Amino acid sequence: MIGVLQSGSVFLSLAIQAPQLRPEAASSIAEGVDHLYFALTFITLFFTIAIFSTIFVFMVKYRRRADDEVPPEIEQNLPLELAWTIIPALICAGLFLWASSLYFENSRPPSASTEIFVIGKQWMWHIQHPEGVREINELHVPVGVPVELTMTSEDVIHDFYIPAFRVKKDVLPGRYTSLWFQATKVGTYHLFCAQYCGADHAEMLGWVYVMSPADYETWLSSGTPSPSMAQTGEQTFNKLGCASCHLPDGTGRGPSLVAVYGREEELKTGEKRLVDEAFIRQAVMNPNSVVLRNYPAIMPTFRGQVNEEQVLQLIAYVKSLASEERNANGK
Amino acid sequence: MSTATLDVHEVPTGSRVNYLNAQYGVKSWLLTTDHKRIALLYLASITLMFFVGGFFAVLMRLHLIEPQGALVQPETYNKLFTMHGVIMVFFFLVPSIPATLGNFLVPMMIGARDLAFPKLNLLSWYIYIIGAIFTLYAVISGGVDTGWTFYTPYSSTFSHTSVVPTALGVFITGFSSILTGLNFVVTIHKMRAPGLTWFRLPLFIWAIYATSIIFILGTPVIAITLFLLFLERVLHIGIFDPAIGGDPILFQHLFWFYSHPAVYIMILPGMGVMSELITCFSRKRIFGYSFVAFSSLAIAIISFLVWGHHMFVTGQSIYAGLIFSVLSFMVAIPSAVKVFNWTATLYKGSISYDAPMLYALGFIGLFTMGGLTGLFLASLATDVHLNGTYFIVAHFHYIMVGGAVMAYLGGIHFWWPKITGRLYPDGWARFAALVIFVGFNLTFFPQFMLGYLGMPRRYAVYPGEFQVLNVMSSAGASILGIGYLIPLIYLTWSMRYGPTAGPNPWQAKGLEWTTPSPPPTENFEEIPVVTEEAYDYAHSRVTRG
Amino acid sequence: MADMAVHNAHPPGFAHQFEDMEQQREAGSLGMWVFLLTEMMFFGGLFATYIVYRALYLPSFEIGSHLLEVKFGALNTAVLIGSSLTMALAIHSAQIGKRGAPVGFLIATMILGATFLFIKFTFEWRHDYIEHLVPGFGFVIRPEWGAPGAHVPMFFCFYFFMTGLHALHMIIGIGILAVLTVMAHRRRFTPDYYSPLEVSGLYWHFVDIIWIFLFPLLYLIGGRYPGGGH
Repeated sequence: MIGVLQSGSVFLSLAIQAPQLRPEAASSIAEGVDHLYFALTFITLFFTIAIFSTIFVFMVKYRRRADDEVPPEIEQNLPLELAWTIIPALICAGLFLWASSLYFENSRPPSASTEIFVIGKQWMWHIQHPEGVREINELHVPVGVPVELTMTSEDVIHDFYIPAFRVKKDVLPGRYTSLWFQATKVGTYHLFCAQYCGADHAEMLGWVYVMSPADYETWLSSGTPSPSMAQTGEQTFNKLGCASCHLPDGTGRGPSLVAVYGREEELKTGEKRLVDEAFIRQAVMNPNSVVLRNYPAIMPTFRGQVNEEQVLQLIAYVKSLASEERNANGK
Repeated sequence: MSTATLDVHEVPTGSRVNYLNAQYGVKSWLLTTDHKRIALLYLASITLMFFVGGFFAVLMRLHLIEPQGALVQPETYNKLFTMHGVIMVFFFLVPSIPATLGNFLVPMMIGARDLAFPKLNLLSWYIYIIGAIFTLYAVISGGVDTGWTFYTPYSSTFSHTSVVPTALGVFITGFSSILTGLNFVVTIHKMRAPGLTWFRLPLFIWAIYATSIIFILGTPVIAITLFLLFLERVLHIGIFDPAIGGDPILFQHLFWFYSHPAVYIMILPGMGVMSELITCFSRKRIFGYSFVAFSSLAIAIISFLVWGHHMFVTGQSIYAGLIFSVLSFMVAIPSAVKVFNWTATLYKGSISYDAPMLYALGFIGLFTMGGLTGLFLASLATDVHLNGTYFIVAHFHYIMVGGAVMAYLGGIHFWWPKITGRLYPDGWARFAALVIFVGFNLTFFPQFMLGYLGMPRRYAVYPGEFQVLNVMSSAGASILGIGYLIPLIYLTWSMRYGPTAGPNPWQAKGLEWTTPSPPPTENFEEIPVVTEEAYDYAHSRVTRG
Repeated sequence: MADMAVHNAHPPGFAHQFEDMEQQREAGSLGMWVFLLTEMMFFGGLFATYIVYRALYLPSFEIGSHLLEVKFGALNTAVLIGSSLTMALAIHSAQIGKRGAPVGFLIATMILGATFLFIKFTFEWRHDYIEHLVPGFGFVIRPEWGAPGAHVPMFFCFYFFMTGLHALHMIIGIGILAVLTVMAHRRRFTPDYYSPLEVSGLYWHFVDIIWIFLFPLLYLIGGRYPGGGH
């Protein structure tokens, strides 16, 4: 039975190579997702055709021949009932296990990913590379390298969808979501917004350019040089006066941020929180919700004073302090 | 074949008092408490709403012939798909079978004179009408463009359209559902005729009962959700808008907690109709009665546990995804059981090809396909690729239109002689069934492919490479639209000019067929005593009446 | 089967879709229980949303809660429980055929219900309005609340929505009681026929129970000192 399923899906995958029936598969997970898709297609067509043909055969074979015909009574058949309850259940269980393990694998970004930041707003995509390059509605990435996108929205819910990579994730206001992919083929691929977001939802399109690593480096350093996200973040940090409380040696009114990223901290309420991107964003926007133990609740909110892009740059700066610290201490 | 349409033995309708002619005048209709008249009031209202919603769909499909849009501005297109969804879901599909066929048939099938609370039944209809007026007002006053799902913060803060009247309209109509469900549950529990035990009930009653459970438990939650949305929009309290401290995902949880079970409200009654049609037109007892009966209850219960599968890509935890995924697979199994049982009922039956049976057979095939494509979406790994695309649109239209609407039409045709005392032209009916089947598949099958290729839904314009499939879909839609108009014409015609029907033109089993067509106001002169199992075709002959 | 003689002997209030009074009584009772189930889901959705935001903004909700007067809430709780007692006594006295008593107990229930509403609207809501604590009607965020002040309006939104929805149910309940009082006055209730009282009693008790959940949820957040201080 499994063999039938597998050969069926292989057959289908060979049959549906025509580009107009199958989207390009350009990421490391695309083939796996497609195999599952073809297996599901095979099961769907198999059962649909089986049911339709059985009905058709019965309709013809048992058509009413006389107006007063009374057909014989058919015995109820418990083994049959159980069979067609249990077999679908087993098929469903098999599909669930396959789909879930694939999903598990596909959800975990490899540790050494290139990080790129995405801000969705009505009705365009702002992409920010850590090296400082910014793009609008375009995403340049190197081939063969895992890329992790950290995303947020300035306004309503959007959704970042690259069909060729088989990846999609909602982009939410007020928090970060992430997705990762590893492109396997150089080329140009569609980027769509897949969550209705208002008037120009259908125009919130973009292109993903997958380049060889060498070309990507060239591309990154071409154009007008711009400061990296961490450098811009440092400028914002100083301009907004963060530096006056968050002294690096810890003697200021606020905690030192030098080694804080990635650490677990204890809040005044006793709760323990990991200092990640979401934590830093919360600290900037709603500081009274994440006051650390032993510190007063005097940090003002910066909601309205910084946009999402600036928050990401501040986060990049704080992260850079942690990695500098690690490098300095030879860890 | 099925030419036994004229019955010369029956006394013509006009000379016998029945529920239609017992009283005349607008007041006797608008103040009626007769469940059969209320069913007709609903029939008229939801038919109107169906064609309004359908009109918007026609405009949408015409617009999508061209990649840059052929008909309207994107802002208008966004309103069209929203209003199509709101009207079709809340004002057509949810009430359709329960409020028309359910209202008419539940008392008759269980041998009662009316529902438990007839005045409440009339109130239900008025509440529906008031809700519909609010929503139609929203349509006329500029429309609403949030999608029928009203996701925040777009609907709470950003949209400049008539969100409030629409949300209020749906909120109000919800109470119509709740009262109808309450009425059915009490009636089925307390008013069955002597001898009519639970396991002798027609499966339509089981289906209506399961649907009513969902009405009762689910609808209040959407009511509160929409009311909170209304407050958010008017007072900006910050419940769903993250800019002022709210959680937009909470809205989605609350919304889908009802709206997923709602889709089972839309399909369960159709499954009930299926059991009636298949048994009558193969003249056999249903195969696996208790399996079919319990599967309705199982679907109703499990339906409350799967709402998160609409939210797999919102960033919810992987573990939540796993739980919702496994439950979503589980809810498919009782439906599969039904399909197999219906098919087995045909085995060695005596099958006739009347129009209701054609609708029933079409249902089984299309529902199978629609249901199985649900597995693509219950599967986490494929749902990531398919969510938010035309695959979803195709999936739910296969079930809602290929399934629920075909079941509804099949039921309307089946019980039409009972309801109106008239027969419709069978040739036209079968032709229309075929046109609808062909038009439907041509409209929606290409959409599966569009979705897999990556075309997102709710797009007013689209990249050119998707045009061929879009044009195919639009061509199908025009055929489907014509297909729906045909029954409207001949059914209306038959009310005046159709040959009169006897009490039982289909030689069907069931208490409703023991009454004259149309029935008298009190349904039964004497409450029947039930001694046989449901669908007992083998043991007692039914004379054609 | 509806025998003509039995038909004529049905007491007043018999509805002809039923076979007999017992079926009618059972249907009415089941109908009210099912209706209360829908009400539980209705309030339940609201309670669930409230609980989510209380968890998210506990400091703000504490501030809001402390601005409510526990003494009025507690008094109202006692008033409502008392009204449930008088309602139960109304039903019981009809059950045992005590003439005149149902009317008296129903009037007492209405008076207690009206007292509840009077205390709520006059001493609590009006007071809140004067103190600029009604969102959408001149709400003023006080500086002494500090940073959590931003979400105090949300607490009051929930407070007014939840107690307002509850009050609406009470008003409807008092209306039902008025109708029942008239019926009782006309001696419509006997030991054989008192199901309208029973069914309405279920509704009244349910509204009471909703309040018993609302009171601690809204008034008693974060612990209170006896005497209702902050």
